[in-house]
Amino acid sequence: MRGKTWGAVVALHLGLVAVLFALNFVLPVYHQGVLARVMVLAVYAIGYNIAFGYTGLLSLGHAMFFGAGLYGAGLMGLHFGMSALPAWLVGTGAGALLALVVGALALRTAGVSFMIVTLMFAQAVYLTILYFGDITHGDDGFVVPGVSRTLAGIDLSQQHPRYLVGWVLFSAALLFSLWLVRAPFGRVLVAIRENEERARLLGYDTGRRKLGALVISGAISAASGAAYGLLFGYVGASFAGVQYSIFALLWVLLGGAGTVLGPFVGTLFMFYLIDLATGVTDAYMLIAGVVLVGLTLFAPQGIVGEVRRRLWRDLP
Amino acid sequence: MEFGPYLLLACLEGAVLAAVLALMASGLSLVFGVMRVVNVAHGEFYMLGAVMAWVVTSVLGGGAVINFVAALILAPLIVGALAVLADVTILKRLSYDPERTIVATIGLLYIIQQLALMGYGPEARPVAPPFNSRIALPWVEWGEGGIGLYFPWGLSTTSYKLFVIVAAVVLLAALRLFMTRSRAGLIMRATQADGEMATAFGIPVERVYALVFGAGAALAALAGVLIVPIQQAHYLMGGDALLLSFIVVIIGGLGSLAGTVVAAVLIGMSDGIISVFFTPTLAKIIATLLVALVLVFRPQGLFGVRER
Amino acid sequence: MSDVILSTKGLSKSFDGLRANHDINFALHRHEVHALIGPNGAGKTTFVSMLIGRLRPTSGVITFEGRDVTRLGAQARVQAGMAYTFQITSVFAKLSCHENVALAARRLGGDVEAEVASALSRVGLGARAGEIAGDLSYGHQRLLEIAMGLAQRPALLILDEPTQGLAESEIAGFKALIRGLATETTILLIEHNMSVVMELADRITVLNFGEVLAQGTPQEIHQSAEVQSAYLGTGGDDAEH
Repeated sequence: MRGKTWGAVVALHLGLVAVLFALNFVLPVYHQGVLARVMVLAVYAIGYNIAFGYTGLLSLGHAMFFGAGLYGAGLMGLHFGMSALPAWLVGTGAGALLALVVGALALRTAGVSFMIVTLMFAQAVYLTILYFGDITHGDDGFVVPGVSRTLAGIDLSQQHPRYLVGWVLFSAALLFSLWLVRAPFGRVLVAIRENEERARLLGYDTGRRKLGALVISGAISAASGAAYGLLFGYVGASFAGVQYSIFALLWVLLGGAGTVLGPFVGTLFMFYLIDLATGVTDAYMLIAGVVLVGLTLFAPQGIVGEVRRRLWRDLP
Repeated sequence: MEFGPYLLLACLEGAVLAAVLALMASGLSLVFGVMRVVNVAHGEFYMLGAVMAWVVTSVLGGGAVINFVAALILAPLIVGALAVLADVTILKRLSYDPERTIVATIGLLYIIQQLALMGYGPEARPVAPPFNSRIALPWVEWGEGGIGLYFPWGLSTTSYKLFVIVAAVVLLAALRLFMTRSRAGLIMRATQADGEMATAFGIPVERVYALVFGAGAALAALAGVLIVPIQQAHYLMGGDALLLSFIVVIIGGLGSLAGTVVAAVLIGMSDGIISVFFTPTLAKIIATLLVALVLVFRPQGLFGVRER
Repeated sequence: MSDVILSTKGLSKSFDGLRANHDINFALHRHEVHALIGPNGAGKTTFVSMLIGRLRPTSGVITFEGRDVTRLGAQARVQAGMAYTFQITSVFAKLSCHENVALAARRLGGDVEAEVASALSRVGLGARAGEIAGDLSYGHQRLLEIAMGLAQRPALLILDEPTQGLAESEIAGFKALIRGLATETTILLIEHNMSVVMELADRITVLNFGEVLAQGTPQEIHQSAEVQSAYLGTGGDDAEH
């Protein structure tokens, strides 16, 4: 990619960030709320995309990292009355640590085995949350106390602060992933995805880099989970269940795996699709199933992936 | 109840679970063994079997025995046909690529589950067992006059539960005979050994795959029909069953019917016995971690050679 | 610095009791082009896989630049200065030629752009830097492999069947390239094409049934009766044809 197109790429991403900022002031309350949620959850998808889209690690258990962030932050608030920023940091750190441990074990496997191992670890984490119901309030979950939902005296449960904090987090994650995939480290991740043995024989320690990618991915997913709990005020076990692992996969596949914008686009589309469906039926997960099958059959590249293939080859 | 009789009861409950699990897991194992496809929607075929059993029973409205026999025949056929359809319209078009088929079967899982919710509803519904007499079980006791038998209160099972165990044993034996003795079984095993070679010898691999996928689903449905008089039919019942089947297939080893059955007995029995000592949640945590570690440290266990 | 860059002592490998390589003693001198030949199934691939670290030897020692590397993984050996080009083309098919070579060059740091440009132009792919590697012809993909090897500035370049599938004209270009390289690096060439071997190699090692059958200059090998009977047959190509 040469200078000129890179300039256009940066402009596109910064443009999205700017538009999202402006939308805070013009959107009706309902859509402002939806978009705040989408931005925070898109951070989760961005984290997932670093493992799946860029490194080729198809995990079926990323909800455990999202959950680690959600519970790490939420429990700090519930039991210790910690304020938002330190609670968020604890949550993010918990996810990174979990990713380190899970990665060290799971990365001994590849392909289908890796999918099942991550699925099983995530299930164990989910069940552990249920098992320690005294602390976590099990299936019912808990409401995050007000002290943890204030940042520098600002009440994060209010519409505008909530949107803007979500926006800051999303922008940071988006630009970080844009930087990462251009950086030498990110390029090696792509090489590992494309042909791990070849990357190894170019002298790269692929095992450590995959672990690094998974830790970054887990930390970003946890950052999203922690922010989600603090901004929207509810922590529950369902966020750590299989369904949330599948959501990350679904959003990234729909938007385009291995594209920087894909996670956001996929999350946004899926959110509004399900939003429309819930008006019609309780069985809104039907949409998720149909989209998953449809994507694997007809558009494995996803939306942004198709744009890249047809219109803009250098889009990262 | 004293400990000894309690343990016997746990073993019996475990044996029923093991029987159903063995049937269901052998379907999963068959599909993985022959097609190298990990069917995440397998639990939903099990659920469909149970739901179909209820549907057949309510439509037919005959006596309990007739209803049940009809369900036992019709439900696996209907579910198997649906699975064949899914194979032809979806999996075949993905060329059975391992990762993409998993994603597609995840989609299938939600489609089936949610359609069941829309059509069948969120209620759990029972199906009457064809027979259900209570059988009291004796226990040994060292009395004053030596060994004596007595019937502790609460130590009992039902004739239907014993029937489930026997039925599973018969069905699995039949499956084994089919795979080892019949021409169709031979063709399946040839396809399993080497798909390309099988094609070269004129075996219609695509048709074999479709039938194997259908047969795997039918086995799950059969398990669903057998369980529904004990455990009601519910649209979310596939999840736990899928997890347990995964555990069984992984511990039992790749595509091996014998290994699957042994593992099912092991898991089914230990689930019954462990739940005497631990809460079910803790038992599940231990089981899932165990399976993950088996895959990590003995990857040849389930998926044979390491991939690519 | 010793004159021997790489050596093996008693290197053996068995698969399930089957002897693929047995007691191979081998020495590679700095700045030579050394060819490894032998009939199919002679154990060439096994031997080279052990050198680069894709296979663990059953017994024996591999020394590279005076250091025992027997227990090192492949990536550590590459970091120590070996480079390997695959027998079956193994470029990053979805990435551009530029990125393929850049991945090889970047690990060393320095001026990556200049390294890439130089490596690509040396193999004659300078004009195709922007093309996707998978879209190249087979012969060009093989040349890209070699460019990836060059960009690593290796002390030892192992080329596994580099001319397989190349057209006659491309082979001529390949020979010229290797001659030019011999001054700056050491080359181990696993090769079937006898004209390439005879023209390029300073020394030749012949493997047969997993053992060293003969070693010497092309002249000596050509005249060896043992080699003639085992491999060269009637002075032609592969004995199995």
